[in-house]
Amino acid sequence: MRLVLFMKKYRFILLAVFILTAMVQVFDLPLSETPLAGVQEVMASTEEAPPSAEKAAAPTEEGVDAAAVAYPPAPQLTEADYPQVKGVNGRVFIWLAAQLHLWFAAFVLAVPIFVFIIEAIGMATKNKKYDNMAYEFIKVSLTAYSVTAIFGGLLAFGLIIFYPDFFKYLASIFKESMIAYALIFFAESATLYIYYYGWKWLQGGFRKWVHLSLGLLLNAVGTTLMLLANSWVTFMMSPAGVDPKGAFLGDSWAVIHNFLWNPINLHRVIANIAYGGSVVGAYAAYKFLTSKTSEDRAHYDWMGYNANFIAIGALLPLPFAGYYLTAEIYAYSQQMGITLMGGVFAWLFIIQAVLIGALFLSANYYLWCGMGRSEGAVRYTKYLKYIAIAVVGAFLVWFTPHTLVLTNAELKSLGGPYHKYLGPLGIMPAKNTAVNIMILATFLSFMLYRRCNKVATVSWETSGNAAQVALFTAGIINILILGIYYGYFTNTVYKVAASIPQVCTTLAVIILSTVIDTLMYKGSKEVAPLKWGAVPDRAQYALFLLAVSFTWLMGLMGYVRSGIRQHWHVVDIMRDNSPDAFTPTLGFAANMVSAGTIIFMAIVIFIFWLAEISTKKTA
Amino acid sequence: MKKFFQVVGFSLFAIVAFALFANYGIPKINPAPPPVEEKVDLGAMTIESFIALGDRIFNGKGTCTLCHNAVGGRAPMLDSVAAKAGERVSDARYKGTATDSEGYIYESMVEPSAFVVVGFGKSGTNDTVSPMPNVSTGSIGLSDVELKAVVAYLQDKAGSDVTVEIPTEAPADEEQEEGAERVVAKTAEEVIENYGCTMCHKIAAGEGDMGPDLTKIGAAKSREYLRRAILDPNANIAVGFDPDMMPGDFGDQMAASELELLVKYMADSK
Repeated sequence: MRLVLFMKKYRFILLAVFILTAMVQVFDLPLSETPLAGVQEVMASTEEAPPSAEKAAAPTEEGVDAAAVAYPPAPQLTEADYPQVKGVNGRVFIWLAAQLHLWFAAFVLAVPIFVFIIEAIGMATKNKKYDNMAYEFIKVSLTAYSVTAIFGGLLAFGLIIFYPDFFKYLASIFKESMIAYALIFFAESATLYIYYYGWKWLQGGFRKWVHLSLGLLLNAVGTTLMLLANSWVTFMMSPAGVDPKGAFLGDSWAVIHNFLWNPINLHRVIANIAYGGSVVGAYAAYKFLTSKTSEDRAHYDWMGYNANFIAIGALLPLPFAGYYLTAEIYAYSQQMGITLMGGVFAWLFIIQAVLIGALFLSANYYLWCGMGRSEGAVRYTKYLKYIAIAVVGAFLVWFTPHTLVLTNAELKSLGGPYHKYLGPLGIMPAKNTAVNIMILATFLSFMLYRRCNKVATVSWETSGNAAQVALFTAGIINILILGIYYGYFTNTVYKVAASIPQVCTTLAVIILSTVIDTLMYKGSKEVAPLKWGAVPDRAQYALFLLAVSFTWLMGLMGYVRSGIRQHWHVVDIMRDNSPDAFTPTLGFAANMVSAGTIIFMAIVIFIFWLAEISTKKTA
Repeated sequence: MKKFFQVVGFSLFAIVAFALFANYGIPKINPAPPPVEEKVDLGAMTIESFIALGDRIFNGKGTCTLCHNAVGGRAPMLDSVAAKAGERVSDARYKGTATDSEGYIYESMVEPSAFVVVGFGKSGTNDTVSPMPNVSTGSIGLSDVELKAVVAYLQDKAGSDVTVEIPTEAPADEEQEEGAERVVAKTAEEVIENYGCTMCHKIAAGEGDMGPDLTKIGAAKSREYLRRAILDPNANIAVGFDPDMMPGDFGDQMAASELELLVKYMADSK
């Protein structure tokens, strides 16, 4: 009886522990070590990374013999092995289907994550507003779910039609996980439908706990689906569990747990949340703009704010996850890493800088506009221009290329392709410094926004503010010194060594400031009730820009992630000998991404419309 | 409905702006096509053409300059590697079996960790493990003949004696490929690609800058001049460039139809 009471009282914690344990098993997280040891393990794994698939997959003699009997090597294809369909370019078809599938999948995987959190907040605060918002979020994602499946089907059919031998090879290696994927997809669908259609039914008391648990289960199942699909993609980049000729050695876990699997997993989970937040933010923005009543405007303003909060919350750590992924790509294969950052794709990162600049500027701009909801904001508006200068300055550093585009005459007059002052801003230490400062500036915007309607009542407010100013100042100075010293006064090999202490500095400033702010504003007074809905329309366009930029950026980075495999289906193992094996130009890729974004946006608008008409009543 | 069109218009504007920047705001670069195995006629090969083959592999298929360049500083420069081989094979840190520059350079390509130049090892290995892959396998996959050609090229580059002997016959799988009938290029673009003109010249989609820019050469030079420039590159040296930079054996390598395709292409480039 005691056990039952205990379990009833702490059921949420027990459930969380169960899910966390499952995640640890899947991610293979080093939780048994101290945090420092965990970092060391990551570093060690980086250092011991195999330089190529040849070493990664180096089998024992016994393994080769077994593989020779059981599994054939990867097929060596010729142009004739790639069926052609008149009027349809196979690569373009696959590109669009895969990208659209990924956009929708990212959205439908992300929404349940923050719906679960919002529902839990609603339960904890007993505020019905949160529950209603969570329900509206999941409603939007429901239609997107079926669209995701449609594009997934198109992708699978496309692969079978245009790349049959390659698909057959992948399927022969991943047969277990592909079957598991199909079965888990059923579980995902069933859980989602019960979660959504049972929302009203499972309200109050224990039923609500059951509903929340379903949300957790939905997330666990959805994440597992993504992890499986990620393993197929990363196997193509960093094959493992096969011999040098591509013959499967029989260990299904080895092919899944390949070198780049976890870095991609981490990056995608965080990016999905940021992306889901931005798309839902666009939905709220559209509803805000078309609202007829002040109540609706207030509701959708609040919804947009929360969506933007989710997007920014995930956007801040995203560059770190991206950096970790890139470092792991270098660790796996320096050749692949240089192809990514120093070869033909180098200029792609200038386009990426423009998009990330658009993301950070629009996120900050939305927060600044949002200060109009509070009468206490006037105390802080004078600081916004300095934050704007920091964000734009950091963006310009990120945007500065190392090699300039010059005519011969300009080259001669400059004495080379590198500008005396701008050239040094083109290298990674400068970019790392800029992104850390951009993140801190955005966090400062958010802190000021949170403060603007509050008046602290603690006696140590002045000291607390001074501590925060000192923290930010020391943090920025440390980031600058680390970037300048390691970037320009040490050996090339150590040029990026500053990145980890820089990230630690940024995280320390964010965490400590949050702790000080939370304590300082505990029991604070409100200046006046927040005026939800009292934001200018232009703030909503910042939310649209956030969603469009995110979509475009994901498409662009998908191109480069796939592109660094160059003319290989599976790097070093299975060559792409199709007529489209060449790497397309950045311009062509940009046009593909733009076309995909337009298709995606058109379908999203259709989904929003469906969500709207579902609430309308007949006269 | 007005708001709807405003939102759609704004989103389209952002998408088009990103696309325009990607198309016109950055340099247009055509990624290199997938590498093709170069057909090598070992019987007709002179040491100069063998060195030239090594040059092409070093700057092309081998992807050596991706790391061994003066800009990135990720790998040591190889201009004088042949001259330094002696001191390296007698270094206490040397783990290989080579005794001379030929053996050392070859070994460096297939077993890069045999000797790691200080400061260029994998992070945390104290310069005992090289980040370089074995270039005879994987995506680079150089053949024995190609590896030896690179050795000859690097020996020549360092001003050392070229000790590599041109292989008289290729290993079994290469021999099979050589036995196949040589495919003569059908278009000027194929000729340019097959003979690696873009490595040094700005021509077609290439951006090479070691030789003269040929994108408008037809406006300044006659067909006779262009034909001679291919067959006998040192006959006339363009201002600002050094003699002996271009291989002088294209007359032996090219089919007559290929030569004429290339001459016509350049003459039409105005």
